[in-house]
This record gives sequence, C-alpha cells and structure tokens, in this order.
Amino acid sequence: MTNASIAVPGAIVRPLTRGERLDLPKRVTLASAALVVVLVAVLLAFIVWNGVQLFAHSGVPVLQVLSATWQPDNTLQQPVIFGLLPFILGTLSVMALAAVIATPLSVGLALFMAEVAPRWARSITQPALEVFVGIPSVVYGWLGLTVLVPFLRISLHSVGFSMLAGALVLSLMILPTITSVALDAFTTVPGEMRSASFALGTTRWQTIRHVLLPAAVSGVATGIVLGMMRAAGEALAVQMVIGNRPLIPTGITQPMTTLTSQITLDMGNTVAGEPWNEALWTMGLILLLISFAFVAIVRILGRRRLVAE
Amino acid sequence: MSDGIIDGPVPEVEVTVVSQQPAGTDVAGREEPAVTPPRPEPVTHPEPAAKIGAETKLEMVDLTVHYGAFRAVRDVSLQIPANSVTAFIGPSGCGKSTILRCFDRMNDLIPTARVGGKVMLDGEDVYAAGVQAVEVRRKVGLVFQRPNPFPMSIYENVVYGPRRHGMKDRRQLDEIAERSLRRAALWDEVKDDFRQKSGLTLSGGQQQRLCIARTIATDPEVILMDEPASALDPIATLRIEELIAELREAYTIVIVTHNMQQASRVSDRTAFFTMGTDRAGYLVEVDDTVRIFTNPREQLTEDYISGRFG
Amino acid sequence: MTRVIWADRAATAVLWGIAFFVIGILLAIIGHFLLASIGTLSLSFIFGDPSDSTIGGVGPVLFNSIYILTLTLLLTVPLGILGGIYMAEYAGEGRLTTIIRFSQELISSVPSIVVGMFGLALFVTLTHWSFTALGGSLALLVFNLPLLTRLTEQAIRAVPADERRGSIALGVSKWRTIRHVVVPIAIPGIVTGIILTAGRIFGEAAALIFTSGLSTPSGYNFANLNITDPRSPWSPFHSATTLSVFIWKSNSEGLGLFVHQVADASSAVLVLMVLVFNLGARGLGRYLQRRVTGT
Repeated sequence: MTNASIAVPGAIVRPLTRGERLDLPKRVTLASAALVVVLVAVLLAFIVWNGVQLFAHSGVPVLQVLSATWQPDNTLQQPVIFGLLPFILGTLSVMALAAVIATPLSVGLALFMAEVAPRWARSITQPALEVFVGIPSVVYGWLGLTVLVPFLRISLHSVGFSMLAGALVLSLMILPTITSVALDAFTTVPGEMRSASFALGTTRWQTIRHVLLPAAVSGVATGIVLGMMRAAGEALAVQMVIGNRPLIPTGITQPMTTLTSQITLDMGNTVAGEPWNEALWTMGLILLLISFAFVAIVRILGRRRLVAE
Repeated sequence: MSDGIIDGPVPEVEVTVVSQQPAGTDVAGREEPAVTPPRPEPVTHPEPAAKIGAETKLEMVDLTVHYGAFRAVRDVSLQIPANSVTAFIGPSGCGKSTILRCFDRMNDLIPTARVGGKVMLDGEDVYAAGVQAVEVRRKVGLVFQRPNPFPMSIYENVVYGPRRHGMKDRRQLDEIAERSLRRAALWDEVKDDFRQKSGLTLSGGQQQRLCIARTIATDPEVILMDEPASALDPIATLRIEELIAELREAYTIVIVTHNMQQASRVSDRTAFFTMGTDRAGYLVEVDDTVRIFTNPREQLTEDYISGRFG
Repeated sequence: MTRVIWADRAATAVLWGIAFFVIGILLAIIGHFLLASIGTLSLSFIFGDPSDSTIGGVGPVLFNSIYILTLTLLLTVPLGILGGIYMAEYAGEGRLTTIIRFSQELISSVPSIVVGMFGLALFVTLTHWSFTALGGSLALLVFNLPLLTRLTEQAIRAVPADERRGSIALGVSKWRTIRHVVVPIAIPGIVTGIILTAGRIFGEAAALIFTSGLSTPSGYNFANLNITDPRSPWSPFHSATTLSVFIWKSNSEGLGLFVHQVADASSAVLVLMVLVFNLGARGLGRYLQRRVTGT
C-alpha cells in the first residue's frame, strides 16, 4: 500500500510512516535469528547446572570422577564410587581409533575426487558421500550389531562387542565428514601451484605429495578434528556394539564403554535427583566440554590457515 | 570549472557528418587507441539545441565522496538542465559512476560511502535530513550497465515499481505497462506474449529496453544511465541511443559513457572528469557537447578527446 | 626416473582402489538391507501394526516419524527462513552478529544425546508433559534451527546483487525488495536446505529417546481428529516412538521372534527414505532453479 503521509505527494521530504519507524520486518527477523542465542544459553545453563549437582547436591568430591571404578549403586555390597575414567578414556580411545581407521580412507577418497577422478566418477562419489551422511546412526549401529559383531566374534574368538567394533562403525560414520572437509581443502589450493609443479616435470603423485598435501594440511587436520568430534558425540550406534562394560579399556578386542553409551543405557532407569542420575548429567557435561574443546581446536587451526595464506 | 545556465536563444549548429572510425563502438565501448585518430565530429541533433529548458533540474555543489578514509571524488559542482541529455565522460576509475549515483542516493547501499556537499533535485538537497531516499529514487531512475530484469514475466517486470508503490487496479497497471513499453520502443516486439514470456528470455538489447521501460513505469523525472550500452552489440547500442534521443522530451537524462563518439552523438551537454594525482576524481570541464568536442577550454579535455590518454 | 613414474602409477591405483572400496561398502550396506528385508518388506508391513500377524508392522511408528518430521518443520522452517533473511540482509558486522554466529557454531557442536538430555530436563520433566511428540519436536528444533538458518542465509546471499539493486533503484523499500525479488530468487536454495534438514530430522534418534519416548499408545484411531485428546494419533501430547528409535529398541528388547527381521526391514525403509530425500533435494532444486530463471 502506498504509505499514507501528510507530505505533498511527489515531495521527497516527508516524515517516516509508522510502519517505517517500527521496521517490523527487521525486528521479527532479528528475533528469529537471535533465538539461537537464547537456546544456547538455556541449554548451557541446564547442562552445567545439572552437571554439577553430583558435587553440589550429593556431595561427591570432585576428584572422585577421576577414579577408575564405576559403582553407582551398592549392589554386591561394594562402596558407591562414581569414577568416570572408564567412560572418558573409552570415548577418547574409540574416537582416536576411529580416526586412525577413517583418515587414510577419507583423505584418499578426497584426493581421488579432487585430483584423479574423471567427471563420471565425480558424479557418483559426490552423491554417494551425501547418502553416507544421510544414513541414520541407528542403521549403522544395527548393521554393526547384526553383521560386524558376529563377524568379529568368529574371527577374533572373542565376545565381538569391542572397541574395534565401535571404531569400525564410527569410522564409517565420520568418513564422509573428513572427506568433504579435506576435499574442500584440496580444491581451494590454487591451480597455479599444481601447474608450477608440473612445469618442473613432476608426476601427479609427486605434486600431490610435495605440494598439495602440505598446502592443504590445516584443512585436512580440521576435517579430522571434526570427524573426531562427531565420533565422540555419537551415542546410539556406539552403544549397540561396544559391549557396555564399565571398565577401563583393556584392548581393542575387549568390550568397553563410552560416555555416550552409558548415558543412553542408564538415563531411562535412574531417578532424577539421585546421585546416579546426577553422575549421568556430569558425564553429559564432560561430553559438552570435550565438544567445545574441539570447536576451539578447529578455530585455532582455522586461524593458522589464514595466517599461512 | 562549472558552466552557467544557457541563457537566451542559442544559435543553431549545423554540421555535416564526417565519416567516423570504422565499425563504430566495439561491444565494450573501449577507449580510443593510442594513435591519434581524427577527432569525432558531432552529429546533427534532430532538434536544435534551443530546446534545452532554462530551468536547472539537477545540481551539484561541492560534491565530495569518501569510501572510508579514501576520497574518491572531490569538489564537483555542475548543473543539469531539464529535458536535456548530459554525458559524463572520462577515463576509467575517475568516479563517474560514483558521481552519477549520488543523484539517486544509490551510494547509500555501500556501507563505507560518505557524501559531502549538496546534491539538488529541483532545488531540494536530496541528502538533507528528513528526505526519504525511497522517494528520491522514484523520481530519479537508474539504468544499469548490465541489464538486470527480474526473473518474472515482461509484464510483471514493467509494473513492478507501480505495484510496490501501492497501485492495484489492473486496468491502470495494464495502461502503464503498455505506455512504458511503447516509450521504451519495446512494445511492438513483445506485445503478443509479454504477459507470459519471462524477461530473461529476451536478447541483451531487448532486456535493456525492458529495464528502461521498468524505470519509466514509475513516472520518474530524471533517468540516470550508467554505461547502458556497453554490454550490448553495436546494433542494440544504436537503438538505445535513438531511444535516448526520444526520451529527452519527457525526461532529464544523465548518461555515463566510456565511448566518446556515443557522448557526442547522444548528448546536448558533456561533462569531462578525470582523476588527479591523489586518485580523487574531479570535474575538469562541462559545456555544450559541440563545444567540448570542437573547442574545449581545458588542455586536459583536449588531450582526452584526441586520445592522448585514457 | 622410472621409479618416480612407478610410484605415480601405484598411487593412482591405490586411490582408485580406495574409491571403489568406499563406494563398494555403500552399495553393500544398501544391498544388505534390501536383501535382508525380502519377505518382510511389504505394504502390510509398512502400514500394519506391530501387533498384527506374526511379523507385525511399523505403521504407527512410521506415522510417528512423519508426524514428528512435519511438526518440527512447521516450527523450524518459518523461524529458519526469517532468521536467514536477517543474517543475510540486515545483519551488520557488529557484536550481535558475532554472538549469533558463535551460538550457531556452539549448538551445532553439541552431541545430539546431550540435546536429548536437555530436552528431557526441559520438555519432559520441568513442564510435566512426560514423553510427547511435541517435546521431541522442540528438542529437534534446538539444533536444526541454526542449521536451517545458515542454509537459508547462504541461499539468500547467493542472489545476485544486481537484482537487489534494480529493485532499490526503482524506489522500492528494502523489505519489499526482499519479499518480492530476493526471496523468490532464493527459493530453490531454500527448498534444498529444507529437504536436507528434513532428511536429518527423519533419521534422528538420540535426541528423541528421552523426549518423545520409547513407547507409543497402542491402537491408533486415526478417525479421532481431536488434537487435544492425547489418545488421538493427531495429538502432539503423547509419547511417540519414531522409526529410528524403534530400531534402537530392537537392540535392547531382544524379545519377539521377528525382531531381527523387523529391524532389518525398518532399516531398509530408512535407507530408502534417505535416498529419496537426497535425490529429491537435488532434483527439486534443479527443477526450481530452471523455473525461476525461466530457462
């Protein structure tokens, strides 16, 4: 609608209309965008508040969480100890192993897509990556449970549920993450660098090894860190294959536990306000801190990349 | 050095057309080659120069434009008579487009831009407090270098302005659409399917005329053109130039062009700008086109016209 | 000299090998689930109830997945588009913008199980709703809203500046320019973003097991259209197991003779839905792009 105003039509000087002064579109869109700030703040508040109740409310000494013994209730007449070390170490170790398994494959695939693949291959691998990402984690977990664990049971003569099973399932899940970030890093290396190398008479592999990879290293590292972050935070798929044995991991073929698996298992069975439940919240808080630590690492890597360019 | 308003009857100028450089402008409207060519002769205007109205439509007084700390344009003062075509010429980078965009406050879109001095439309400073840029832009239209029709039908493109300003009546909109398309010399080519056909399916030259029609539809008083033909082929360029000559009757036109022959063909007055050693653009000379191209006052102008730099 | 060439050939072979290996794994996964669900997967399975016949069906569970997807999108899409508009068109470089971007980054790094815990504390316990579909949708909103906002922002930023300037030069206000020129041009990108978000939501489980719960009221009566009645399947106020959560349950339940087949077939359904969402996003995006540019 034409803005009703007191000015003479056609004059360029006129007061702002009510609508213009209010600028409703700007306010409404701002509120929508700023909602995320509120969500983060509230989420952090809840997690932190509930996470410290173990110490604040139930009086458990803070250092106890570093114990290797997890005994949340006194069945078996054992003293109650809330040692979280098995879970922390479990998360970190399965995440590291998954990264070790996935990285060569991911970087290789990314190199393939960036440097070697003809167009038809690129048009297959790109959607394939997206499908990989899209498959729900429970499906990976179910696959691990019904195919991988029995296979490991037979070939390793063990229970099957193990760190290895968890790491293999996770590596499938983080492979597309690492690949796409690494691919991005490779494609942003300027073509002139490659040309300069080729003009000196080197082979493609020499160029990749001595020029491309060093130039893209911080981008690839970012991808690996993001993959690890995803692995650390994955819950259901890991829980299905890891064995859920609340002890410090003894070997990659042995059952173990992680922060996410224990939360998944126990949350429904504990009562709010009780120490066991509060310990789970503390685990959630630790998980959050690990994730934020990774975010910080990614930022630092990003800054190094800017400096290097 | 600013020129005064033309007062009283101006003697008719009758000049015969001398053959120009072969093939005229090239598509990009590039500058003259370094070899000294024959100076382009002005073309006879269809109407005598006396048609130029005595009133000043647009005026700039000590215009200065900064981008952040960098001064891009300094101390430009000139007057644009109503119902005339004024060309801004000069080497690239000297700020012609920036100056042009001060007339419709399009520089507001650049966050670091600051405009000093006065820019007046009918005697009112468009940068004064209380002025709504939206209103200025209704009265002062802008045609861009690259045609930018919206991804809508030709009809929707043309009536876009009036619709957004509140006009809803279908018959009125249809009337405006036909009138604007006729004035932009596009009506005959699109009248059969302009309601369905997307503006993007037109050729470059047609798209530019569509953009002109779109501008005309808002009933402006001034039409600014920023190198309107530089992205077009020579034939399309000529059509645009013919169009400009027709539009002069109803509108005041200011056109930035890289192409001196175009300036001499199309404009009544020409303003020559250049860049100083401080990289700020400034006005060297403004005068009747005929005078600028035959007997300029400044040596710099003479040098530019004859291709010694640019 | 030939050593270098030999190394190059070997490396190329290895890279091709890796590519084939990875694609092979993907095909094997899809193939495995399709094969494993032969005999189970049928229309009666998809629409049937867990309690009928021997194998049962996943009808109610599939309905829950679609219901929660729709509810979440209803909440997320308007907010996401509006937020994306702000970030692309109105936001400056100031402190508020930095805070918003930082918040987006933080939320997207929170593991979904932790979001589930948050949802449990807020939408289940604090509100005394117990497990509800609405609680699940709100938990999903927490991390899908920043995602969709960012995708919309990118789609809007991709609109050429010349189109915007053309509208402004006609004296049209900023908001009207956004509404009538910018957003219509950005629609293909926005739609792609919505479909990608939908795919993520459909497969989500960790955030839902503590919010929309592990059980579904039996005997869905679809004729009951009263959405305030928790017994109606159309109401958001009852617990609602989704297909993904259902598969996870199969891991812990172990009861029932056909749990294995049901979970396999359910996985096949999920994988097929992913393919549909994925190809759909690409195809729809391309089609809309052609419509917008009139080519």
